[in-house]
Amino acid sequence: MAKMNPEDIKVILATDCGSTTTKAILIEKRDGEYRLIVRGEAPTTVEAPFEDVTKGVLNAVGEVEELSGRKLLDENEKIITPANGNVGTDIYISTSSAGGGLQMMVAGVVRSMTAESAERAALGAGAIVMDVIASNDKRLPHQQIERIRHLRPDMILLSGGIDGGTTTHVVEIAELISAADPKPRLGSGYQLPIIYAGNKEATEAVKQTLAHKVDLRTVPNIRPVLERENLGPAREEIHELFMEHVMAQAPGYRKLMSWADAPIMPTPGAVGLIIKIIADMEGIEAVGVDIGGATTDVFSVFRPEGSEGVFNRTVSANLGMSYSISNVFAEATLPMVMRWAPFHMDERDLRNRVKNKMIRPTTIPQSMEELIFEQAIAKEALRLAFIQHKNFATVLKGVQQQRTIADAFEQTASGATIVNMMSLDILVGSGGVLSHAPRRQQSALMLIDAFLPEGITRLAVDSIFMMPQLGVLSTVQKQAATEVFNKDCLIHLGACVAPIGEVKKPGPMMNYKINIPDGKVEGTLEFGQMKLIKLGFDEKGNPLKAKAELDPLKGFDLGHGKGAKFETELSGGVVGIILDGRGRPFILPEDDNTRVAKLKEWMLELDIYPKKALERL
Amino acid sequence: MGHAYTPGLKVTEKILVTKNRILPLKGEVIVKKGDRVKPDDVVARTHLPGTVEPVNVANILGLPPEDISEAMLKKQGDPVKEGELIARSKSFFGLFKSECKAKISGTVESISHVTGQVLLRGAPIPVEVKAYVTGEVVDIFEKEGVAISTWGSFIQGIFGIGGETHGEIKIVVPDNTAILTDKLINESCKGKVIVGGSMVTADAIKMAAKVGAAGIVTGGFDDKDLRDFLGYDLGVAITGSEEIGISLIVTEGFGQINMAQKTFDLLRSKEGKLACINGATQIRAGVIRPEVIIPFEFDIHSKSTKSDFRELGLRAGSPVRVIRHPYFGQLGTVIDLPAPLMQLGSESHARVLEVEFKDGVRAVVPRANVEMIES
Repeated sequence: MAKMNPEDIKVILATDCGSTTTKAILIEKRDGEYRLIVRGEAPTTVEAPFEDVTKGVLNAVGEVEELSGRKLLDENEKIITPANGNVGTDIYISTSSAGGGLQMMVAGVVRSMTAESAERAALGAGAIVMDVIASNDKRLPHQQIERIRHLRPDMILLSGGIDGGTTTHVVEIAELISAADPKPRLGSGYQLPIIYAGNKEATEAVKQTLAHKVDLRTVPNIRPVLERENLGPAREEIHELFMEHVMAQAPGYRKLMSWADAPIMPTPGAVGLIIKIIADMEGIEAVGVDIGGATTDVFSVFRPEGSEGVFNRTVSANLGMSYSISNVFAEATLPMVMRWAPFHMDERDLRNRVKNKMIRPTTIPQSMEELIFEQAIAKEALRLAFIQHKNFATVLKGVQQQRTIADAFEQTASGATIVNMMSLDILVGSGGVLSHAPRRQQSALMLIDAFLPEGITRLAVDSIFMMPQLGVLSTVQKQAATEVFNKDCLIHLGACVAPIGEVKKPGPMMNYKINIPDGKVEGTLEFGQMKLIKLGFDEKGNPLKAKAELDPLKGFDLGHGKGAKFETELSGGVVGIILDGRGRPFILPEDDNTRVAKLKEWMLELDIYPKKALERL
Repeated sequence: MGHAYTPGLKVTEKILVTKNRILPLKGEVIVKKGDRVKPDDVVARTHLPGTVEPVNVANILGLPPEDISEAMLKKQGDPVKEGELIARSKSFFGLFKSECKAKISGTVESISHVTGQVLLRGAPIPVEVKAYVTGEVVDIFEKEGVAISTWGSFIQGIFGIGGETHGEIKIVVPDNTAILTDKLINESCKGKVIVGGSMVTADAIKMAAKVGAAGIVTGGFDDKDLRDFLGYDLGVAITGSEEIGISLIVTEGFGQINMAQKTFDLLRSKEGKLACINGATQIRAGVIRPEVIIPFEFDIHSKSTKSDFRELGLRAGSPVRVIRHPYFGQLGTVIDLPAPLMQLGSESHARVLEVEFKDGVRAVVPRANVEMIES
């Protein structure tokens, strides 16, 4: 297809080929702004008996045609371009995670340094990292070789050493890979791609070791000096190879690639891209989470000490709400899940219910009790995924930091997390359990309980999971991607105001005055209390803003210092402003009856579940 | 979506089953098309490359990597025996000798002058693929494996553990509601596929493994017992490689649930016949369900006439099983499939259906929470 000027693009068709469902969206520019028109979906057709991804794409596009009245496919089932009146689209783009997505192995010399940089590059590109091999990963060389041999990744990213440093260790890893002679996951008709992104001095030796066995690509060092990462070139090469090898091997993808006007991106890579773009455009810090059936992805952009936005993505491969639900239980433990439930359940019955959800992953909660239980599990899955993310999103490890006397009293070590809940501006949730919760308050509380935001944080959920399509769209038409993201993709829930600090006995923690359109709301938030103040949208559908005067009392902090009063603006949304007086660190009452009573109190105040149901349980 | 229901598991008296038997790496196929095979017959074999043992000769001998060639007593491709000398450093006036011995038998795969590392490759590991079922070889995939077909009864389970095995069917419970306990298992169960009713206890599985039973087929199984038996909590449903000496196939789900009458009756009618079973389960993309195949002699070229009940889709009159609380495990018949979304007790809106249970009670349940069963 001919390339179009971005400003000439008026109609956009985008698909995301997921492992079970292919989702298509139609975006049109109407009255000077890009909006989502309709969405269609159909089962993905990568596996037998179809074995052609384009069939599912055509079915999903067919649904979009029916719903929108726009003719998109010609009589030969080809996408019509460019758009002309009510026929065709100007561009067609797609993402894909079908067939297991992009599966990579990464290797480096030191686990917490070059291997971690390689892991960051692979995760950022949208890969599932199957294993990280490092010289110091505590496995013996023959164990590492066995592991590499059995993994069958789509590609390997090999790093190690700073430029001009020692070459031996990284070549040693190359020798292990050579000895393992790994085979690619899909198809046996091509050599496994390996990207070398290590010490440039070792390039020749790595070539000699590997070039005859694998498809070796070389890119600039991922860690040219200890103090700096250079992940861009490796990520770009991963995307190139994803198109060239992985996509080209999957059934029907060659055809799909020929239809698309931009390279097909791995789904999580595209989600990361849109989150980064939005955060950078507004100059804010953002966390996005996508909780699926099998995995939970966390994305973040933070700006430690006012620096440029640092993007991180983690995949918690075995934390999810259906296939992996049993693992959430195993990792979090039963008491941690059940602490969120305002009722008691028999352990045997509970364990069986969880396993039955695992083996029949498509079932949905029918009763209120089942819904509460499922949301309790979701909180733990999200909490655990976020802990993994915080441990991964750190300042570079192994870097010597210049310290002043003042710093010496702050125990910030090299490798400390850059995730700062106090400076976080927005928390965006996505995935069935968050996007499709029957009440939006439930999504808000799941996000608050799992992430424990501090200070003032905006909350939002992705309405229909179109972040992947918008991510790939941003590479072609950034304005369209951001407009649709803000207007149609995000559902603004409101803001959470959570002072940090704790007390030994209940008492006041914050005075507030908030100017909402109906008048001024003022009061005192007691420790251990939650309050909801309704604040919705203006006539254009934008979240209302309310001027607020917040006065945390002695010992409590909202980001301006302990006991520091300040004026600010709070954002509304479907839920409104949630005042969370439970303190940080957040600790649930240990006594069972008190815990249940508190949970019910918060749930009633925020209108999380129907009063009748809470009384019955 | 028109097909927003779970298709259900197959339980059928007679079906043509075809199993692909594929090597992990290319190798040799040792049967030909038309051959009759039994479960334990080897149909293809190959050799996996041997294990690799790296030896850092430079470190051991205290030499710079570029100098190890002079110390090497073996060159690339040479065979070595475990304990055999592979390198020796030149000593200072012959007084001190440093030596390096092979830790495994095999060949010298490579000698690196960059790292000073020598890789020894062990002897190739033979791998064999067996037929798994009684049947006829219907297809040969050159150097990769074969396809074997047989007519047989076929039961898909919902969850299993343990791999492929086979044995005669032995019914040890009076009916599909009974619990299979260790008291019902004795020496006569050796080599057999034991059929239970609504549940199997952890003690019963341990007893079955102890007497050498090949497998157990049961309606339900308690997750707590699963953890006790495996010794760990199963996090993700990818099973089949457990080395527990027995394979288990659960037909209905976790908890005490009567085995579907049809499944139980089918197994009872085949008592004493050979059953080939596999507990392997995978519930992510590329779903694998555990299975029981009871092969019988029949012309494999005759066509199956019965259509797949799952192709018809869900309709009034379809027999279904509810697969989630509050009606979990109950069987009934679809009465109505209202088109509009309806609000559930959880306040979610979903496509629902009305079902009449065996006792005449009617209920509305989400379509996603039922699976079709064969009438």
